[in-house]
Amino acid sequence: MSWRLWLPLAIFFGFLGLAGYQLTQPKDDAIKSTMVGKGLPYFMLPPASLDRPGVDSRYFHQGEPKLLNIWASWCLPCIAEAPQLEQLKQEGVEIVGVAIRDKPVDVMRFLTDHGNPYTRIGRDDLSEVQLGIGSSGVPETFVVDGKGVITYQHIGDIRPEHVPILLEELRKAGQ
Amino acid sequence: MRVLIALLMALMAVPLAAQGDVPPAPYAYRQLDDPAQEAAAQELMETLRCLKCQSQSIADSDAPMAGDMRHQVRIRIADGEEPEAIRRWLMDRYGDYVSYEPVMSATTWPLFVIPILLVLLAMLIFRRRFRGRT
Amino acid sequence: MIAEIGLAALWLAAALAVLQLAGGLLALRGDGANEIAALTRPAAVLQGGLVALAFGALLWVFAITDLSVKLVATSSHTAKPLIFKISGAWGNHEGSMLLWVTVMALAGALIAAIERRLPERTMQATLAAQGFVALGFYAFLLLSSNPFERLPQPAVEGLGLNPLLQDIGLAFHPPTLYIGYVGLSVAFSFAVGALITRQVTPDFARAMRPWILGAWVFLTLGLTAGSYWAYYELGWGGYWFWDPVENAALMPWLAATALLHSASVLAGRDALRVWTIMLGVVAFSMSMLGTFLVRSGVLTSVHAFAVDPERGSFILFLLAIYIGGALLLFALRAGAISEGERFSMASREGALVVNNVMLSAILAVVLLGTLYPLLTEAFDVRVSVGPPYFNPVGAIFAFPMLTVMAVGPLLRWRQDRWGRISKEMGLVAALLLAGVVLFGLLAEASLLALLGLTFAVALAAASFLPLKGRNLRRVPIATWGMVVAHLGVAMMLFGMASESAFSKEKLAALEEGGMTSVGPWSVRLEAVEPVAGPNWTAIAGRMSASYEQGEPVQIAPQSRNFWAPPQQTTESVLITRWDGQLYAVMGGSSTDGRWQVRLWWKPFVTFIWYGGLLVALGGVMALVGRVRVDLRRRLVRRKLAERRNDMETAV
Repeated sequence: MSWRLWLPLAIFFGFLGLAGYQLTQPKDDAIKSTMVGKGLPYFMLPPASLDRPGVDSRYFHQGEPKLLNIWASWCLPCIAEAPQLEQLKQEGVEIVGVAIRDKPVDVMRFLTDHGNPYTRIGRDDLSEVQLGIGSSGVPETFVVDGKGVITYQHIGDIRPEHVPILLEELRKAGQ
Repeated sequence: MRVLIALLMALMAVPLAAQGDVPPAPYAYRQLDDPAQEAAAQELMETLRCLKCQSQSIADSDAPMAGDMRHQVRIRIADGEEPEAIRRWLMDRYGDYVSYEPVMSATTWPLFVIPILLVLLAMLIFRRRFRGRT
Repeated sequence: MIAEIGLAALWLAAALAVLQLAGGLLALRGDGANEIAALTRPAAVLQGGLVALAFGALLWVFAITDLSVKLVATSSHTAKPLIFKISGAWGNHEGSMLLWVTVMALAGALIAAIERRLPERTMQATLAAQGFVALGFYAFLLLSSNPFERLPQPAVEGLGLNPLLQDIGLAFHPPTLYIGYVGLSVAFSFAVGALITRQVTPDFARAMRPWILGAWVFLTLGLTAGSYWAYYELGWGGYWFWDPVENAALMPWLAATALLHSASVLAGRDALRVWTIMLGVVAFSMSMLGTFLVRSGVLTSVHAFAVDPERGSFILFLLAIYIGGALLLFALRAGAISEGERFSMASREGALVVNNVMLSAILAVVLLGTLYPLLTEAFDVRVSVGPPYFNPVGAIFAFPMLTVMAVGPLLRWRQDRWGRISKEMGLVAALLLAGVVLFGLLAEASLLALLGLTFAVALAAASFLPLKGRNLRRVPIATWGMVVAHLGVAMMLFGMASESAFSKEKLAALEEGGMTSVGPWSVRLEAVEPVAGPNWTAIAGRMSASYEQGEPVQIAPQSRNFWAPPQQTTESVLITRWDGQLYAVMGGSSTDGRWQVRLWWKPFVTFIWYGGLLVALGGVMALVGRVRVDLRRRLVRRKLAERRNDMETAV
């Protein structure tokens, strides 16, 4: 008997183990930003709506931690997360919005229908800010501390159970 | 292949109609005037992964985000930036995932070492057959 | 009623598979000629008939759009041309699994009905293995993916078939591939049968070879057609993406190609016994692995097939039993199989061994690259393995293989001298050198494309060398098959390299009446018009394209919007010339009232698919040649037996 004859079986067991393990794991397709822990790149976005100013990245350097919410009026999960953003706003969190590939008319309609938790909304027609901070989808929410450093990334819509996590991350960023 | 339907499904999962309202980025579907620059951009785009699709590079995807990435690549190339610097810039944001270009690194070395080992092994197994009869 | 008949037929078939397994196993314990053993073959044949009936029932419920069947309601629609209603039967998980078992049962029926040359014990073991494998897939179908499940209330309207699947090329692509995948199950069963009885003989390889050839021809056709479909349907001119699901289809082909060549050595020279058995196991294992990767969702997160962890576990379980079992048997038994005839490096066998090693290495590269992201994800690292890995790393093994492919067929069996074929080797080397210089000066192409063009030309010339100095009318059909298939490979390679080296791309924003050019073509956008189809609306760009100021050709590529389910597709238009294709795509409108038009000029791109067809044709010729020889042999044997009988009676 030769060890070489067992080799295919050994390799196959390796595959079985891996495949079996991966089957039991929840499929995580999120592409995490590697910008967490780094400073926001410099950007200046024009306003996306009539009643809120645009966004300048330097705004994140003054003091308090804030949420940077990547969203769009054409995005369905963004409707789902609107109540949670509202709740965060009630908790005293400042939320800065970046609207991806959007028109002011649609932005205004969305905010009228689903509430406006934002203090500022920038218009990112070319996804430049989105690409700049390593976001790969809509919606995504970033926690940015008082010095403009990204400390946390939330991928997908914010569900009620995520609100405490975000509040905790904001608290940590404020220390 | 049946297969690719899959890819397409991924691509189509985005509510297209709604996003279609906003015109694509200027250089998403427009080539650079300088053929040499366009060739460099094309070569780079073929090795960058579309983050919203399955197994497609940004060079062959209709996903709006792929279009925005093509725009980034083209304007940066036009500005004289080196292709590898652009790749670096994207990898700083999305990690190794965004690039198809294989680089020997702590996470990818088995990709190169295993095939070589296999050939050595095969040669070892067959060597005995050829010995003694040449 | 029809659906219930189909379901009942499936259950009966499963019961017959149990009988086939039991009969085969009992026959192995006895002398192989007892009463139950006599049932094995009829059980396999009847099973084939029953499964065919079940598949017919599925086609029927799809053809009449019976919306009380859940599968029809979820994947079909009344407003769809009949041909796509029928092809919709296998455009989903359950239906395609039924197609899988149908092919498997029909193949099993066929070997049971016609294969007579193997020793009865090996044959019984083979049929038992075939029954055992089939049983697992029946269980999968009946217990977790019943295609005939009824809805409590018939649906009012179906959800529709993915518009991308509503294409004539794609209607026949999956069945073709499936016949290939599942045809390999026969080789697998033969290999397991031979491992059980330890009778690995040239006769065994001859019995297995038509099945490998047949499956391989279908795989070749399936891959060629699939690649062409991707090329014209996806609208970006790409024909191969190294997507996990494509790789899942390529891996069985690579294994089957290696198996084909090693089985030739075993059939002709009684060498490479263990290796051939191993490849027989690996080839079908790759088919099953592909099924697992595609349907479990471990690799592709969004897929046309519903991704269901329960299904994934079931298939993984089947994999563990069949592949694990076969490999265990291999580890235990292969040591007892002697190595067979020896040969020298400079011999036909030697060349075929190099071919096998290189093909296996390419298979390993594809397998590794496909599974690697799965491995790193276990450590929470995401990497992308794509064309920039597969192309060069695969090429490292492909080019030596192509070299051997050029000169190997010139070598004699068993032992030869390199000196004897020095003239031919010199010719190939000279062609390679000339090619590198010529194409190097001609084209500003990447190294891979340059080597590809060069090797293609040298290989095309070399593929005819085995015919040199022979009376062409007396060359066996199988040898012609080899020549044609190798020429096809050269042609395919030329197409790929040319596409990569010489393609021209033009993205233009045109007003109606605007002109643009790409390569030797000038294209004018005449008008943009709305068009309506049975289940879609579209905008069509009427264009006139002329090649080097020649007579203009009218084309109208479309951008289509389907409404059931809502989805957008591009309908590209191709103008094919002998020396290439113009590829035109209609995009959306831009802000200033102009239209996005994408154009490519791809010189000799069609050689990729013509080459694929030639490869398949070569396979068909080899198959015809082999089967003819086999039939003649059978006839001779029968005559001998009759004569012996006559003599005995005379005595």
